[in-house]
Amino acid sequence: MYQGIRISGFGGQGVISAGVLLAQAGLEEKKEVSFFPAYGAEMRGGTANCSVVVSSEEVAAPIVSEPDTAIVLNEPSLAKFEPMVRPGGLLIVNTSLINSKPTRKDIKVLNVPCNEIAAELGNGKVMNMVALGAFAAATGAVSIEAIAKALPKVYKKLKPEVIELNVQALKKGAGFKLN
Amino acid sequence: MAEKKLWKGNEALAEGAIRAGCRFFAGYPITPQNEVPEYMSWRLPQVGGAFLQSESEVAAINTVYGAGATGVRCMTSSSSPGISLKQEGISYAAGADLPIFIGNVMRGGPGLGNIAGGQGDYWQATRGGGHGDYRCFVMAPNCVNEMANFPHKCYEVSFKYRIPSMVLADGIIGQMMEPVEFKYPEVDVKTLKEPEWALGKCEGRNKRIVKSYDLKEGGVEIMVNERVKRYDQIEANEVMYEEKQLEDADIVMVAYGTSSRIAAAAMKIAREKGLKVGLFRPITLWPFPKVRLTELAKRVKKFVAVEMSLGQMVEDVQLAINGRADVYLHAKPGASIITAEEVAKTLESISKKEAKEYAAVK
Amino acid sequence: MQLLNKRPESLLDVKMHYCPGCGHGIIHRLVAEVMDELGIRGRTIGVAPVGCAVFADTYFNCDMIQGPHGRGPAEATGIKRAKPDTIVFSYQGDGDLASIGMGEIVHAAIRSENITVIFVNNAIYGMTGGQMAPTTLIGQKATTCVDGRTAKQAGYPIKMSEMLATIDGATYIERTTVHTNPGVIKTKAAIKKAFQNQVDGKGFSLVEILSMCPTNWGTRLDNPSEATKFVQEGMLPVFPLGVYKDACAADKK
Repeated sequence: MYQGIRISGFGGQGVISAGVLLAQAGLEEKKEVSFFPAYGAEMRGGTANCSVVVSSEEVAAPIVSEPDTAIVLNEPSLAKFEPMVRPGGLLIVNTSLINSKPTRKDIKVLNVPCNEIAAELGNGKVMNMVALGAFAAATGAVSIEAIAKALPKVYKKLKPEVIELNVQALKKGAGFKLN
Repeated sequence: MAEKKLWKGNEALAEGAIRAGCRFFAGYPITPQNEVPEYMSWRLPQVGGAFLQSESEVAAINTVYGAGATGVRCMTSSSSPGISLKQEGISYAAGADLPIFIGNVMRGGPGLGNIAGGQGDYWQATRGGGHGDYRCFVMAPNCVNEMANFPHKCYEVSFKYRIPSMVLADGIIGQMMEPVEFKYPEVDVKTLKEPEWALGKCEGRNKRIVKSYDLKEGGVEIMVNERVKRYDQIEANEVMYEEKQLEDADIVMVAYGTSSRIAAAAMKIAREKGLKVGLFRPITLWPFPKVRLTELAKRVKKFVAVEMSLGQMVEDVQLAINGRADVYLHAKPGASIITAEEVAKTLESISKKEAKEYAAVK
Repeated sequence: MQLLNKRPESLLDVKMHYCPGCGHGIIHRLVAEVMDELGIRGRTIGVAPVGCAVFADTYFNCDMIQGPHGRGPAEATGIKRAKPDTIVFSYQGDGDLASIGMGEIVHAAIRSENITVIFVNNAIYGMTGGQMAPTTLIGQKATTCVDGRTAKQAGYPIKMSEMLATIDGATYIERTTVHTNPGVIKTKAAIKKAFQNQVDGKGFSLVEILSMCPTNWGTRLDNPSEATKFVQEGMLPVFPLGVYKDACAADKK
């Protein structure tokens, strides 16, 4: 299997940490992984994005130029990454913050109101976990269990109850299914 | 096998150096290598080493020149413009036969360029870079795991042959995270023998001098020729490369570092289309694996250099092939992202005989 | 028969290349005598500059390093921090320290690097053949200001001791001269203090020493007093002697 992913959103939405978490989850499942963040000046404009590859074989290109899945968490990210998705690929759209509708007909679209779900859980910060949960369920690239196992390794300072909240968010996200 | 952990490239380079015995670091901030000095600043004191944030790259390389003269395993790191500033010091270290270790996490250039990952410093790294006749041992990692493990080899070669060594990475490898396994046992610096040239306490022995000059007629010629013998040994003993799917290949891509990763992805695309494409990856850029390329040219008749520069390594490929086969170039300067899809297109055009050779008149 | 004065052990019996009337030979000997007297020769590492004193690595009887122009304080920093139990000195001229190496000397002082710097100021580039130095006096002739330095074209001579004394990290800064016998005696005392400070771990010490360059000043080589007169009448008014900073003395008060 091979899954090339782009995650994009505002700084503070947990784009980078979601990417690291995904790579760590792949590692938990003994897969080959790579994570590459947009860095420096690219970060200064307030948007952040990263490339993650999870694969059963050695990872070739670490920068994902034609993602199998793009997870877009804000409006500018939709405009930037929708055109890049591989035909037949998946676009996960955070409908809480994105009003525009994807225009392409040759890709699958999964709408997830990430911020609303996170707010229901009582902590807006876990909105990135809602998106990851939806991704894991829709693609099967990594399991929810692997992400949950990766959580304390990536967030070394988080209290157990906060980790638990993140796991709940993952599970909520996993409930969103493609039509 | 130890459990693999995710490491960021720059931090893996720093930790790899420490595990290989590095106990001194001086550097100056520059993107995209800042994680190296940041990591060193807290990690070196834990192992009894010294860290210094210098006032400039020039000061940093010369501080390392001083520390290196005492025989300690030392390091400086920077990115392209900063490495340019260090060139005088690197030339002196080469001229004084000091085994210092340098990390270059390349960005776009020339000038201030940009901070994305590029490969425009190949000439600088492999041709010496500073003034005078000299070489540096240059290794090009293409993954974070190699960032972690190449410092060990660099120190080994540096101290054995008394030559500066360099890891030539780029912003992509520096910034990305991948699983790492530290292959070598951690070097216990207490077991390292003090080199017979190292400065220190001259009580009870003859004084030692570390210098790169000799103003007597013919003096420098003698120094350089003595060094050339060691360079010859390095060319004979320390060449490293990797080969992928060369057995049936009609076209062989030659690529190092990040480009070799992109080339590997392009190879997959091309092979799915029925093209017999292979990949040859120089791991040491100096010494360049020219003997092996010459051998390959007996059978393979088309080589294509894939580089994130305007075409620098291609000259070494051309020199090694020396007319025995056709050499092509897929170049992308300015630290722009090179994609597997565009490289695959170049491979197709070469196979259809549409592409022009590198040496063809433009 | 009693030997009253001998060559210091810290200075090797080799022929120096310095010109007649040059101050470097005197200053080398003073540094060597101090190393002998403090008993530090066996653990001292010297840093030779680029300039007339480039061959200092062959004269001093201790481990020596020679590196790029102006970077002596950076090299000394690396040596001292890698081997903190050694005594490290950087020997530099005015072009080396006050022009191309301005950044390194200032930042070594800022860090209060525990090293000793011997700064020889003769107001000219000697090794390269008499070009204008950052310390060349207004009106002084040099091969790159043949009618004499003008402030309009080249600015003013830099007063390093005064400037370095403003830095918090500087422990001890003194300017002396070797153009007179009392000056030589005071210079030795200053050098000794600058090394003693390092032995005691007190931080950055620098002695600026005014010195003669008869060859490049164009004074008569058969009449050394012409050169000493230039120090007396030309340099002293611009570069007044004295202790500019003594943090240790201030501590005692």
